[in-house]
Amino acid sequence: MTKARQDLHAWFDRAWRGLLLGLMTLFVVNIGLMIGAVATSSFARRWLGTWLPEGWTTTWYTAAWKEFQLDSVLWVTVEVVFAVVFLALLIGVPAAYTLARRNFPGKRMLLLLFLLPLMVPPITYGIPLATVLYKLQLAGTIYGVIIANLIPAAPFVILVMTPFIEQIDPNLESAARVFGASTGRMFWHILVPLLGPGILAASLLVLVRTIALFELTFLTAGPDSQTLVVALYYAVFAAGVRAPQSVDAMAMVYMGVTLVWLLIALRFVNPTQLVSRVKEHPQPAA
Amino acid sequence: MTTAAKSRMPLDPALLLVVPAAAFMLLLFVYPFLYGLLLSFNPKEGNWLANYQFFFTTDNEWPTIWTTLKLALPATLINVGFALPIAYKMRLKSRYQRWITTILVVPITLGTVLIAEGMLIYFGPKGWLSQALQFFHLYDGPIRLTHNYWGVLISLVISGFPFAFLLILSYITGIDPVLARAAATLGAGPKSQFRHIYLPLLAPGLAMCFCLAFVQAFSVFPSAILLGSPAGPTRVISIAAYEAAFEQYDYALASAIAMIMGLVQLLIVAAVLALRNAFYRGPVTGGKG
Amino acid sequence: MKHDFKELKLDRVTRQFAGAGGKAFNALDELTLTVKRGEFICLLGPSGCGKSTALNCIAGLMQLSGGSIWLDEQRIDTLPPEKRGFGMVFQNYALFPHMTVAKNIGFGLKMRGVSPAAMGPRVAHALKLVQLTGQEHKLPGQLSGGQQQRVAIARAIVIEPPLILMDEPLSNLDAKLRIETRAEIRRIHRELDRATIYVTHDQDEALSLADRIVVMKDGVVQQIGTPAEVYAQPANLHVARFMGYRNVLELHVAREDGDRVQLSGGDVLITGVRKQPLNGARAAVAVRPEEISVGEGPGGLNTIAGRVENVEYSGRDSLLDVVTSSGTLLHVRGPVTTALNDIVRVYVPVERALVYPAE
Repeated sequence: MTKARQDLHAWFDRAWRGLLLGLMTLFVVNIGLMIGAVATSSFARRWLGTWLPEGWTTTWYTAAWKEFQLDSVLWVTVEVVFAVVFLALLIGVPAAYTLARRNFPGKRMLLLLFLLPLMVPPITYGIPLATVLYKLQLAGTIYGVIIANLIPAAPFVILVMTPFIEQIDPNLESAARVFGASTGRMFWHILVPLLGPGILAASLLVLVRTIALFELTFLTAGPDSQTLVVALYYAVFAAGVRAPQSVDAMAMVYMGVTLVWLLIALRFVNPTQLVSRVKEHPQPAA
Repeated sequence: MTTAAKSRMPLDPALLLVVPAAAFMLLLFVYPFLYGLLLSFNPKEGNWLANYQFFFTTDNEWPTIWTTLKLALPATLINVGFALPIAYKMRLKSRYQRWITTILVVPITLGTVLIAEGMLIYFGPKGWLSQALQFFHLYDGPIRLTHNYWGVLISLVISGFPFAFLLILSYITGIDPVLARAAATLGAGPKSQFRHIYLPLLAPGLAMCFCLAFVQAFSVFPSAILLGSPAGPTRVISIAAYEAAFEQYDYALASAIAMIMGLVQLLIVAAVLALRNAFYRGPVTGGKG
Repeated sequence: MKHDFKELKLDRVTRQFAGAGGKAFNALDELTLTVKRGEFICLLGPSGCGKSTALNCIAGLMQLSGGSIWLDEQRIDTLPPEKRGFGMVFQNYALFPHMTVAKNIGFGLKMRGVSPAAMGPRVAHALKLVQLTGQEHKLPGQLSGGQQQRVAIARAIVIEPPLILMDEPLSNLDAKLRIETRAEIRRIHRELDRATIYVTHDQDEALSLADRIVVMKDGVVQQIGTPAEVYAQPANLHVARFMGYRNVLELHVAREDGDRVQLSGGDVLITGVRKQPLNGARAAVAVRPEEISVGEGPGGLNTIAGRVENVEYSGRDSLLDVVTSSGTLLHVRGPVTTALNDIVRVYVPVERALVYPAE
């Protein structure tokens, strides 16, 4: 290859890299500014079409707190999210264990059953689900919301926990059984302690996802069983009637809550696991 | 004492551990789905296909399929199309990788509602973007990026791109870099390496990513209402289903629409997977292990 | 679980697996064995012979496809492992990584409901037996391989089981540690006066540890006997090969006279003792390298001449490759003074040339 062609290739390469970098920066910067706009608006006294608002105030937060009953909404959110995490772990971890360790007829069907809720979008199965919950008179209550949110949560726990379980030496379980532990005791004394990090990861992931999950709660919640994200939606929807800044204050509260848990989660978990719906393969040594 | 009978130990208790989860799924996922399916064939009036007939003949119902596709397909193509080269550039482990993945995860967790609200402010006719464009004389007059098709499309890109990026990144990093180095020693330049080594190995992952991203985009809901104009240009199919269920209280119709929605998604996914198989008949493993 | 038992009986124990292509194969084929209290039994064989499968079946970690296992009058193969009450030492130790040494050892006692107060002295005693006193509070990750090994042994013996199962416990240790720990295992077995079933592929281990050796191949028992029997009188060619009879020559049967058989091939003429009925015109003769001596046999019997084509010095003697003019190769242990390309004459006593049917 001649030097001229080499230079041209190098130039192309740099231009390409610059383009990609530019796009990424554009993307990230715009999102950052977008969030900043919401933040600014929430602290603004009045803001109409100028660069910065005319004055600053925090009264919108107190107004939003009262107007949207944020204290009860936050409480409901906490209840729902922690119940979902707890129940998802309770039914998901043992199921993950059996799927990881045992082979049995119908295993593939069962695996498919558990993967489906993660592949099908919430609206598609949410509407029939809401119908059923209405018939059972669970819709509109907090129990209905918890159940609905559990449907994508439990399979997610199974998906996340399975590689963790596979990592544990099966001989440890054999040893425990030989020395007298029944399956339940083996779980409690051996598996659960060793799965600690995995369980923590799964909990945080389910927590963050459930806070942000809109459609299922929207379809099944009643006026006093809304989570934060649904309450925010209603606030935005009716924003024409209210002062938009209080809505923004509420949006900031929502984002604050999410961000706190997200940062905690990222401390313990690889970011790709938050989205990866595919089993995360162990990375080969670089 | 010397019996030759086969000994049987009691049922393996571990198999029982999966029962609660399986039961839960069957009861609360499969059953409602089947119930909805049956319900959709059981309309308030008319024969068993009445709901579907209604959907396909009413003027503000069946076009929703096309409207949703008009939003979902471009959004998915943009997301996957940009995610691939960027993820490819970031395939080598570096500090940037961890930072960028962290930054990109934030929009995903914020969720559609916050993004919608943020866009209304920032991309609105009086927002910073509009002011900046006017300030730099790039564009005169207020920009129209909200309460229309573009608003929804942009929001789909904002929430969909990070997801596609992280997914493709996890596929790419699963491909052993040694393969590219081996190709280099045999004379393959960077473009050849991408075309002959990475792309074929990525094909199944890319197809999967496209399908997942498409499914996510096709089920757009709150953005279409908040950022679009749900009465017209952005009346997506999920809105039609929602209205049938919660405004007309016609659960049978709503279930029918939900089924149609699922079916359209399935068709597109099947088409994509068939396309992939037509173009690439190689090993399906991503070079891992 | 009983602590005083008379015997463990394996009656035609069979274990099937689905092999490649769906065809079932027997990992264990009608294994029948009686282990008496106080015995040290070795299951010996190459990998894939079924010895680990047998151990897992006895422990209850695998279900039988056929046959039964009895502890005196009680049938135990229908019991789950946690109810059988045996102690087991795993090949990779399987120590619980999140528990201290003391908690690891005490685990079996805890499962049996022994109070913490009663546990302490028993754990201490077990630690003393394996010479690890003072390591109670360490985690397995902080111990060396040999120490982990001993913790695994202590964990198995502290529950005072009637039977201790060991699955190649020494294979992960270096040579020196292996020899030391071997002696430990034998000493502990004698002190406890229980029964031990020990799985290995190393014939030296089996010879030094066992009261009886069970040689296995492809799931089938080849020979059960004392170390001396298996060493000196292997029952078939496989056992002979496995126990170190490196010279196996397939020759033509010239004459049979009672249990004396004369074989010939090329320039080799050997008379040996028949161990199994022969089948046909050819037979195989197996001889240990250390039982071939350099020199002339009495009356010139069983004497073979050849050239030394390889010398492996090993301190006390040398391992020689002796090749006859017709190309027959013999492995011989000879004096260290033998040099490459020497012409030597070697002989083997008739009783030490064992003749088996040709394969």
